[in-house]
Amino acid sequence: MELPDLGPLWLTLRLAASASAILLLVGTPVAWWLATTRSHFKPVVEAVTALPLVLPPTVLGFYLLLILGPRSPIGAFWVRLTDTTLTFSFAGLLVASVFYSLPFMVQPLQNAFEAVGRGPLEAAASLRAAPLDAFFTVAVPLSMRGFLTAIVLTFAHTVGEFGAVLMVGGNIPGKTRVISIAIYEHVETLRYAEAHALSALLLVFSFTVLVLVYAVNRTLPVHIG
Amino acid sequence: MPSTAPCPSTSADLLVFDVRARLGDFCLEVAGRIDTGRVTAIFGPSGSGKSTLLRILAGFEKGTTGRLSLGDDVWLDSARRVHVPAHRRAVGYMFQEARLFPHLTGEGNLRYATRRSRRERKSVTFDEVVDALDLEPLLARRTASLSGGERQRVALGRTLLSQPRLLLLDEPLAALDAPRKQEILPYLEALHPRFGIPTLYVSHSVNEVALLADRTLVLTGGRVTAEGPTADVLEHLDVKPLADRFGAATVVEARVVRHDAEYQLTWLDLDGQSLSVPRLGHLAEGEIARLVVRARDVSLATERPRSLSIRNVLAGRVLEVREEAGTTFAEVVVDLGPYHLLSRVTRLSLHELELRVGSPVFALLKSVSLSRQRA
Repeated sequence: MELPDLGPLWLTLRLAASASAILLLVGTPVAWWLATTRSHFKPVVEAVTALPLVLPPTVLGFYLLLILGPRSPIGAFWVRLTDTTLTFSFAGLLVASVFYSLPFMVQPLQNAFEAVGRGPLEAAASLRAAPLDAFFTVAVPLSMRGFLTAIVLTFAHTVGEFGAVLMVGGNIPGKTRVISIAIYEHVETLRYAEAHALSALLLVFSFTVLVLVYAVNRTLPVHIG
Repeated sequence: MPSTAPCPSTSADLLVFDVRARLGDFCLEVAGRIDTGRVTAIFGPSGSGKSTLLRILAGFEKGTTGRLSLGDDVWLDSARRVHVPAHRRAVGYMFQEARLFPHLTGEGNLRYATRRSRRERKSVTFDEVVDALDLEPLLARRTASLSGGERQRVALGRTLLSQPRLLLLDEPLAALDAPRKQEILPYLEALHPRFGIPTLYVSHSVNEVALLADRTLVLTGGRVTAEGPTADVLEHLDVKPLADRFGAATVVEARVVRHDAEYQLTWLDLDGQSLSVPRLGHLAEGEIARLVVRARDVSLATERPRSLSIRNVLAGRVLEVREEAGTTFAEVVVDLGPYHLLSRVTRLSLHELELRVGSPVFALLKSVSLSRQRA
């Protein structure tokens, strides 16, 4: 069997790693806020972060296409800044992925932070730990499983996305042709051997990652109380 | 009246509070001044706002209004929009459920506090705390493997190492079974004499309050209903809401006369009357022991009983009878000269013995609790 072009695989991994990193930075504060706030806006923010779970990816992709397109203020600003369009580029793909995978980062983290509860943080405060200090020295270590789950789900979900990416990024080899789109195209053009190879690769890769994660997860202590 | 001479205080800060907080349907509105040179108990039934008051003092309740200060430090002044966050208040808080950090060892938990304590002069050292609370064998242990009593000891040590100016103990024994309570109690009793940190102790146990606290503040329904020296407050506890649940008690002080090695007893003198209690090795002859006598442990007789295993019989007079129609029990205040005892007897006994104010009476003490602390 002829080895297919592995470009889409590397692009996909780069996209998933970047999206996971950005979401870790963006999603952690959002999850923390949701887990600790008593604000009336909490349900609204929760609904927004959960939207990508229920919307067809094409809907999300369509609106992102409008918002990121060169005729929108954001898209136009990007063109002025970089001389390239945000749509049909890796950057656009990244923005779409971040929105699309948001719930997979926020929800496990929110659950983990809620499980930690106020108790240990009040204890930390009573020992003179400032809120940020208490967050990094108490809340984060007690939420390790949540972080692992969130990062892996986000990564895996970004690897598997299709609709939103297709809408925003199209199918440009080396720029926006991620693995799922490459497989789709191989099937469309009846090149089943290549489709098969990439699919099997993705399957084995995903399976291996998940097994590793669950194995590591088992060794992490569960903190109760 | 029993003397409740104030302990010599090293830091006679005054905790002044006048605070209000709403938590759901519950409304807490308390004002008071506590001379924090000593141990003050906050006492009351569940739901009376004891823990909420401590949480307000610690800064955990954000919706609090009013004023709160310790010495010169203003922690809360809602009129001037001052609300010092919990981590900037020099209080140590010991929780009912220890709240150790499960990802750290015993030592890790203690070091968490030492690393963050701000006071320039570290008055409480790591070694001192480890020694006072016997923490050496627990340092390397994971907190998950510690027993309830061990967890509370580590939690107490951790709190002390944060160099607090005020120690808030929120029912630290409530989650423990009776043997574990006995394991921790001596450490708590030794706390104030050894470290001299002003302490507020929340409890709904008369025993603990009487053993540990010089002064007591009673909270009922979110308001302060009594405040004063522990002995006075406990004796005048309102019978109706509290006595059934907590059992009123009195505190008396007696002088050690001699120790009896043969029977392992200590003989005490209580204003000319003799008492014997299990040997008090830590007190020398002539020293004063503080005894807690619960109303339910005191029976009454109209003549001195013979052929009885109860050794402690004190002669006195009925000072007051508190009874209410339609109930089973009555409370009798017995005047022993400088001290009073409370006795809980059935109303039937009261009438059969024809006890009235002024009747001579013998009080039979089934048991007494002893404070290790010198009175």
